[in-house]
Amino acid sequence: MMTKIAFVRKKEIPPSAPPITEVGLIGWLRQNLFSSWLNSILTVLSVYFIVVILWDFIPWAYGGHWNTKSLRECLDLDPDVACFSVLTARWKQLLFGLYPAEEYWRPTLTFMFLLLAIVPILFPRFFRFFWFSIIYPGLAVWLLWGGSFWSISIVYIGLTLGALFFLSLIRRYLKNYMVAAILAFLFTVVFFLFISNPLVGLLNVILPISLPFVESLKMGGFTLSLIVGVTGIVASFPIGILLALGRQSNLPVIKMICVGFIEFIRGVPLITLLFVASVLLNYFLPPGTNFDIVLRVVIMVTLFSAAYMAEVIRGGLAGLPLGQHEASASLGLTYWQSQRLIIMPQALKISIPGIVNTFIGLFKDTTLVSIISLRDPVGLASTIRADQKWNGIYWELYVAIGLMFFIFCWGMSQYSQYLERKLKTDK
Amino acid sequence: MKKLFLGVLTALALAASGTFAGTLDDVKARGNLLCGVSTGAPGFATVDDSGKDVGFDVDYCRALAAAIFGDPMAVKFVGLTSAVRFTALAAGEVDILARNTTWTYSRDTDLKQTFLGVNYYDGQGFMVKKELGVKSTTELDGATVCIQVGTTTELNLADYFKENGMSYEPVPTADNAESQQQYLAGACDTYTTDASALHGTRVNLENPDDHLVLPEIISKEPLGPLVRHGDDNWADIGRWVLNALVIAEEKGITKANIDSWKDTKDAEIHRLLGTGDDDILAMVGLPKNAMYNAIKAGGNYGEIFENNLGATSGINIERGVNASWTKGGILYSPPFR
Repeated sequence: MMTKIAFVRKKEIPPSAPPITEVGLIGWLRQNLFSSWLNSILTVLSVYFIVVILWDFIPWAYGGHWNTKSLRECLDLDPDVACFSVLTARWKQLLFGLYPAEEYWRPTLTFMFLLLAIVPILFPRFFRFFWFSIIYPGLAVWLLWGGSFWSISIVYIGLTLGALFFLSLIRRYLKNYMVAAILAFLFTVVFFLFISNPLVGLLNVILPISLPFVESLKMGGFTLSLIVGVTGIVASFPIGILLALGRQSNLPVIKMICVGFIEFIRGVPLITLLFVASVLLNYFLPPGTNFDIVLRVVIMVTLFSAAYMAEVIRGGLAGLPLGQHEASASLGLTYWQSQRLIIMPQALKISIPGIVNTFIGLFKDTTLVSIISLRDPVGLASTIRADQKWNGIYWELYVAIGLMFFIFCWGMSQYSQYLERKLKTDK
Repeated sequence: MKKLFLGVLTALALAASGTFAGTLDDVKARGNLLCGVSTGAPGFATVDDSGKDVGFDVDYCRALAAAIFGDPMAVKFVGLTSAVRFTALAAGEVDILARNTTWTYSRDTDLKQTFLGVNYYDGQGFMVKKELGVKSTTELDGATVCIQVGTTTELNLADYFKENGMSYEPVPTADNAESQQQYLAGACDTYTTDASALHGTRVNLENPDDHLVLPEIISKEPLGPLVRHGDDNWADIGRWVLNALVIAEEKGITKANIDSWKDTKDAEIHRLLGTGDDDILAMVGLPKNAMYNAIKAGGNYGEIFENNLGATSGINIERGVNASWTKGGILYSPPFR
């Protein structure tokens, strides 16, 4: 008996569109926001809170006054919206502190140069411009504080001469690095003690280049936050690496010093160190010495963050298998070679999130300097409120300051994510 | 322990300052006066929109600079928070501290400082919303009070309520701005701080007339400039510049009319303005016309008050006890002779 086949499909059925609940906007919502009853409740609650906040915030901010002369005027016009006029009147102070208005171009230029100077460090493609990153610190100090161009350049001249002296010594006469280093060091000291001052005097006569001097009292606003934050970040990184290595050293003295330093600094709140910088140091220095307050603060912030940095990097070092050390040793690499070529690149890669975390924390901690009377943005906020015209302004200032900090910290976090993606070698 | 520590510090500072020449000589050699002021106290010290230092304490320092140098601008203002003000003075970071600082026994003695007088008699007051219907601090039993922690006002508040057999619930805040926010948000029935600050704050509220600064003042807060122990001549200079401003108001000498007193019969005015024969200011090492310059800088005490705290400033504090003794206040300067 023959089976009667009524229909045979010759072609595959074309795939039907997935159910509407699984793709597109609805699918995305279902997968990400409403995947379970718990998530659904949380989503609804979050949306509710976001709406409640924005419902008040947007009309408040959008309708804000920008051009009134005082808070009183704002209140008389419409008390329910923001009074951003305080920013119109004071944004220059929030950015530059009490820096003389006719010199605003100097911190601005310093900031633009900063952006240029970090490019070779952040992106290896531009590493050939690294020389600019080297000269940048001196340039920044000269631009910000002013004074004679030569009194800053002489530091570079002296250090370069010292380095050249060292190189020529080991190339021509000496095989012993240690002796050459000591001789070069002595040479540099002699240069700075006896030669640099007359030389600066001479250069000032031949080619006087100088900017009007601006004292540290006038530094403030975001300029100050950046001075303290960037210097702290840049200087604490190498110190942190050395401390981390020192803590793992086999030499007991070095190990003890590093452990002692790290544990002491970590055991003390930053604000205490700042008080030491601002208050206590004055008692111990001879009267009349003028040890710049910004410099004191920068040193303390650097030491503080170096101790944390050391522990973050030590975490990275501990994450490496012992085999890496042994392998590099079996290749005949010296200690420094193996650190530079094998250990550090891997350890630092592991530590990126922790390092950036410390950087961001340090940058935000710079606001603590307001407690020791420096006029950072938060300190300036209370100074501005003390002007009767703006007495009572609260949210507008903090929203603006918070936004500025967010931009910097978010930038740092974005860069660290880029770096992690780029350095990802495993799956 | 803390006392011992401060004592040691002060001893160190004194040992260090022993090597100074007189403060006046140091100031003259430097070419400017270093004056410690608040980083921000409404009416007393702040910077204006253009970055210029302004305020009641600022004007006093300008008068002092004018007395020494003949130039009210020969002064550098060092903003100091209350946490670092005394150490900054003791360590020689500033020559004089004019930072709305209350004169108390222990600050005068234990901290080894010399107060030069009182330039503003402040006192702790309370602000309430009018709708509360409270007319006097004695009706505040059971109130929630916004109070800045770690200040003398906190202690005064506790003392006052205890004395009057009343209870209160404190709402701690960090500074005046936070107190104000909490008060406006309804977190407390009343908020308390120095009356000068309450007036300044009230003027800038949305509806100032809905709020009331209660008439009672529950504490004495005599504010004044101070210097380190150990240089009496310098203290005399600061004290008598302050006195000169008070005397000038008493005599009717203003910034505008200061040049029109040459023919007056009042010998004290001649001594003060240096228009007479005897040069008594040489005794402290100041030029003969020092007080003339000091008064010329920002006007007499009354003018400085008006410009920074009174009607002109927008803070609208009444003179009250800070009026001259001839007008019912308690400002009274010893004679200039």
